[in-house]
Amino acid sequence: MSEKLYPVSMTVNGTLRTAEVPSRLTLVDFLRDTLRLTGTHVGCEHGICGACSVILDGAPVRSCLMYAVQLDGCSVTTIEGLTRPDGTPSVLQDAFCEAHGLQCGYCTPGMIVASHALLESNPSPSEAEIRDAIGGNLCRCTGYQQIVDAVQLAAENIAKGAK
Amino acid sequence: MSGYKYIGTKRRTKEDPRFVTGRGHYVADIALPGMKHVALVTSPHASARIKAIRTDKALAMPGVHYALTGEELCANVDPLYVGVDAPKVARYPLARGVVRYAGEWVVAVVADSRALAEDAAERIEIDYEPTDYVLDPEKAILPGAVLVHPEHGSNILYRRTFTWGPVAEDFAKAEHKLAFRVRWGRSATVPIETFGIAAQWDPGTQLLDIWASIQMPKYPDQLAKALRLPGNNVRVHFDVDVGGSYGVKRGIKHTVLVGYLAMKLRLPVRFIEDRLENMRGGDMHGPDRSFDMQVAFDTDGTIHSLKIRAIDDVGAYAGRSPLQLGKPIGAIVGPYRITSVEYEPISVLTNKTAQEAVRGFGQAPTNYAIESAVDRVARHLGMDRIELRKKNFITKDQFPYLIPSGSTYDSGDYHTVLDKALKAVDFASLLAARDDARKAGRLAGVGIATCLEPSGGNSAFEPLFNPKNETTTWMDSCLVRVDISGAITGVMNTSTAGQGHETLVSTVLGEILERDPDTIRVVHADSLNALPSNSPVGSRMAIMLGGAAAGAAKKVKAALMAIAAHNLGVAEEGLEYRDGNITAKADPKKSLSWDQLVEIAHRKFHKLPAGLEPGLQAKFVWEVPTGGGLPTADGRIQMYPCYSFEAHLVLVEVDPATAQPKILRYLCGHDCGTMINPAIVHGMTYGGIAHGIGAALYEKFAFSDNGQLASQTFMDYLMPSALEVPAIDIVDHCTPSPLTEFGQKGSGEAGYLGAPAAIANAINDALHPIGASIDELPMTPLAIWTQLQGGRTP
Amino acid sequence: MQCIIDAMKAAPFEYTRVSTLAEACELLSEHGGDAKLIAGGQSLVPMMAMRLARPAWLVDINRLEELKHVEVRDDALVVGATVRQCVIERNADAIRSLPLMNRALKWVGHVQTRNRGTVGGSIVHADPSAEIPLVACVLDATLVLQDASGQSEVSAREFFFAPMVTAIAPEQCLAEIRFPVWKAARLGCSFEEVSIRHGDFALVSACAQVALDADGKCTQAALGIGGASPFPHALPEIGAMLEGKVLDEMLIEDAATAAADLIDPDGDLHATAEYRRFLARMLALRVLKAATEDALKKAAK
Repeated sequence: MSEKLYPVSMTVNGTLRTAEVPSRLTLVDFLRDTLRLTGTHVGCEHGICGACSVILDGAPVRSCLMYAVQLDGCSVTTIEGLTRPDGTPSVLQDAFCEAHGLQCGYCTPGMIVASHALLESNPSPSEAEIRDAIGGNLCRCTGYQQIVDAVQLAAENIAKGAK
Repeated sequence: MSGYKYIGTKRRTKEDPRFVTGRGHYVADIALPGMKHVALVTSPHASARIKAIRTDKALAMPGVHYALTGEELCANVDPLYVGVDAPKVARYPLARGVVRYAGEWVVAVVADSRALAEDAAERIEIDYEPTDYVLDPEKAILPGAVLVHPEHGSNILYRRTFTWGPVAEDFAKAEHKLAFRVRWGRSATVPIETFGIAAQWDPGTQLLDIWASIQMPKYPDQLAKALRLPGNNVRVHFDVDVGGSYGVKRGIKHTVLVGYLAMKLRLPVRFIEDRLENMRGGDMHGPDRSFDMQVAFDTDGTIHSLKIRAIDDVGAYAGRSPLQLGKPIGAIVGPYRITSVEYEPISVLTNKTAQEAVRGFGQAPTNYAIESAVDRVARHLGMDRIELRKKNFITKDQFPYLIPSGSTYDSGDYHTVLDKALKAVDFASLLAARDDARKAGRLAGVGIATCLEPSGGNSAFEPLFNPKNETTTWMDSCLVRVDISGAITGVMNTSTAGQGHETLVSTVLGEILERDPDTIRVVHADSLNALPSNSPVGSRMAIMLGGAAAGAAKKVKAALMAIAAHNLGVAEEGLEYRDGNITAKADPKKSLSWDQLVEIAHRKFHKLPAGLEPGLQAKFVWEVPTGGGLPTADGRIQMYPCYSFEAHLVLVEVDPATAQPKILRYLCGHDCGTMINPAIVHGMTYGGIAHGIGAALYEKFAFSDNGQLASQTFMDYLMPSALEVPAIDIVDHCTPSPLTEFGQKGSGEAGYLGAPAAIANAINDALHPIGASIDELPMTPLAIWTQLQGGRTP
Repeated sequence: MQCIIDAMKAAPFEYTRVSTLAEACELLSEHGGDAKLIAGGQSLVPMMAMRLARPAWLVDINRLEELKHVEVRDDALVVGATVRQCVIERNADAIRSLPLMNRALKWVGHVQTRNRGTVGGSIVHADPSAEIPLVACVLDATLVLQDASGQSEVSAREFFFAPMVTAIAPEQCLAEIRFPVWKAARLGCSFEEVSIRHGDFALVSACAQVALDADGKCTQAALGIGGASPFPHALPEIGAMLEGKVLDEMLIEDAATAAADLIDPDGDLHATAEYRRFLARMLALRVLKAATEDALKKAAK
């Protein structure tokens, strides 16, 4: 007797994705294991580290704290969806490369999701506002310094008209 | 950086583009067809006899394939390697007969999914008979203590007193002596990615493929040995991206467990630790160490001698952990001209989670102890802490400098680095800010730490702590190929966890061959086709991998020169190599381009000079500089080859009402010789300081009185976020190493080795006016508040 | 002995997403203690992951329009239970009429958790150090509970018994919270918290709201301490102590001292009972001072 499956249909990175999943499958496991979008990472599964951050209906959330079945009809954007369709990095992603705002890359998708959400609502954030926006994303490699630099650089570049 | 085209310049890190787009290749991203998953049943007791294990209910559940107990596993694998001579302290991935710490793995359940495996694991029934346990290492070494491994006869894994230099005389002669104790609380570098391993056994080829989030010397060898396989029946894929390690990802017990399951079940098996398993049973805790320090010094501030008793609680089992008491021997006097040292390391077993290697391998706690001593000496004499340090520093003309424990420091200029840092932070303004805060009734302190970062990873503490282990080979390697199209590929032979090794190697190859590093690809070998490597530990890769890449590139360049000399009819001294093209100095029309040289090498055997092999490739395997020696009878040995230096200056305030500490200003003067990629080096230094802030103020693996880990989740094990780590300034200085190609020293552990010392000294400076001090890390608000209650009003 | 494991995948459960409150209540009455409501999930999902909570039925109330209102009604700000914390943070009516809640929200978790976490969810979860329950108690909010047989009301101050233990019955759903709005012109409030890191559970928190008349005399005062008792602790005794008087330094000190004697703190890994009591007094002092200063800045109508 196998586990009961529930239908779920949600838009992920602009594409409608439909599946039948166990109710206890979290959104992050759905993204990674069912949809094979492995850019979103699992760090703690109890909502603290932020490595699992995705954009849900326009707002950054922890995907380990939701069950996939809850998101029927919703729209999710992952790090893969923040990359340009041709695979080239966005202005924000490029700024992370320019400022070397990462090392092992594990917290990076979550950091970029949080930064992206910040810049959407606050295009010229102060350092304090940047630190607050990424305050729920833990990093053990960078000490956050070059991440802050990256977000500031992205803000500058976007203001200069980079797309 | 003067003189180099690529080394030391601002260059993007090659690895970054895949990570920022979510295209990293971590072990949890690997889906092998038909893969099964593991969940663990762990011990609820700190110590108990296992009376019975019943797996039938678990095995009856849907999707469950196997339940493995220690009885079966331990009969079929060899025990794991212990770094000291303690054969009776046997360690296996699963407990057999007894459990020795709460969280120890007892049964491994294999099922179609992790969730199903957990469902089944809950149905395992185990009868335990709890037994006595010991949690305090000081009690554990007393006669009559409960023994964690009775067959070993005691709880002492290692104990020795080293006496280097005339310690007794120096103490007798000295005008002053101080004695005190400091404690480094148990913490670790806790990467955001837990350890994971996927294994697949192919009975047709008799090959066990392993993908793991690994950072460990001799990993393929140790896992093959434990699984009783020849080394060439194991293939470790080093191209798995490791989501941070900073020392801890040794995972040998995880690997032997999963490897065994994969072979037994003939199914691919993957185990990704969940966070609870990782914190409590992953065996990735760091040093848990008390230092009894005695310092002998004169009124003029000269520090003559140190006596250090370091007792470290490694938990219930040991791999390399006791050796973390040995590595600091290579920098036991710090940056100071202290002429004699007595060092008594004691490695102790208790019924706690096992300790593993952590960034710095014991140097960060030792630097904390040394710098605490220096500050206390200054306070005792009423002497300025900067002046005291400068007075005792080894001076720049004294290098190479031999310290009493047998290591020679290669180069350094501590006075200049400290002065640069003092100037950059405007030290007078730091003190003024502190004093203004004090006048306004706040508690404020300035902290200083000047410490060494030994680098290069010559793990000479192995034979030092275990004479039966005569390992003196500490090598690394690189292979360089130039293919028929003229494209360059470098092959590195171990894993990477964010240190930017691909960028390191391509920059070095590009520099030597004078070809654009952006066009150079760097790949990771697997353990079957790899050259020997000892993995990125001990801040060694800039030195060792950089050195090996340089060595291999030079061989390729030499082959090109030989081809050119032979074909242009000009002796090599008359040729100029520029950007891969070679021209006769006397006649510029006589020249061969890169493409032409490559074509001759690959296709035109008739134009190849005699003795040169066809194609264009070279390997370079080399021993760590100054390595290869065994310790003397009195325990002196050259430890790591190159010594980087850090000077940390910190301003903190403590809210006298809430006891919350806050770092207001942080500057680190850093000298790691030539930086191959400054952005990478700076990044790791910032990260090391953040780790240090965690160890100093927030992080502790706290155990309850009955041996339960109280801080098992991220709600209780508190790591600093971007709101706790301040903006940090780094000021660079370069004193090149005479031992390396470009003068580079290692810096993978930078920042972490000095930050806890600096922050601790800052907090104690803040508490000094009220007559209080804290001698234990982490300095939590509770610890600070307890001091504030006892202190007098300023 | 059956094993407790280091689980991080939830135990299996049946899932229903309801579209009416009545549906939710029907399911609750059918399954009783075997069913749990899920709203924001920021507290519940970690507990389910660790198998500390293992409901056989999960009833998803996130889509209930009936529970999403934020409106001013009869001297109260009425907030539907599943209003997201980020929504009430930005809602103009809430900012204007309930400044204390707005001050509290900056201490609640992080941006990402506030995007999902709900006002009602925080209240029902009943962590004794949580900010929203403390505000509800201090302002003496009315909680409206719904079940299959109808509605009932309970005062926030009578809702919380112990950590994670409240007056809600297994078949009840919190429907809305009515926060009394003080109609004073000279209204001041303050929320302060001590935690180890930003966004952590409070070691101790305190909040105060005071209303002053034209002469600076206190007409109404409320103080509460969180994290220092088994439940968020409103201190109406202190309010009574302050009402009718000028809130000078000495009175505020006495009030803070009295507050510290009324609470019942526990010790844990991060703080001893003594430290919590010390912090309670100090924070009570701070919030009373700050609320008074805040009120004094305002003009009498």
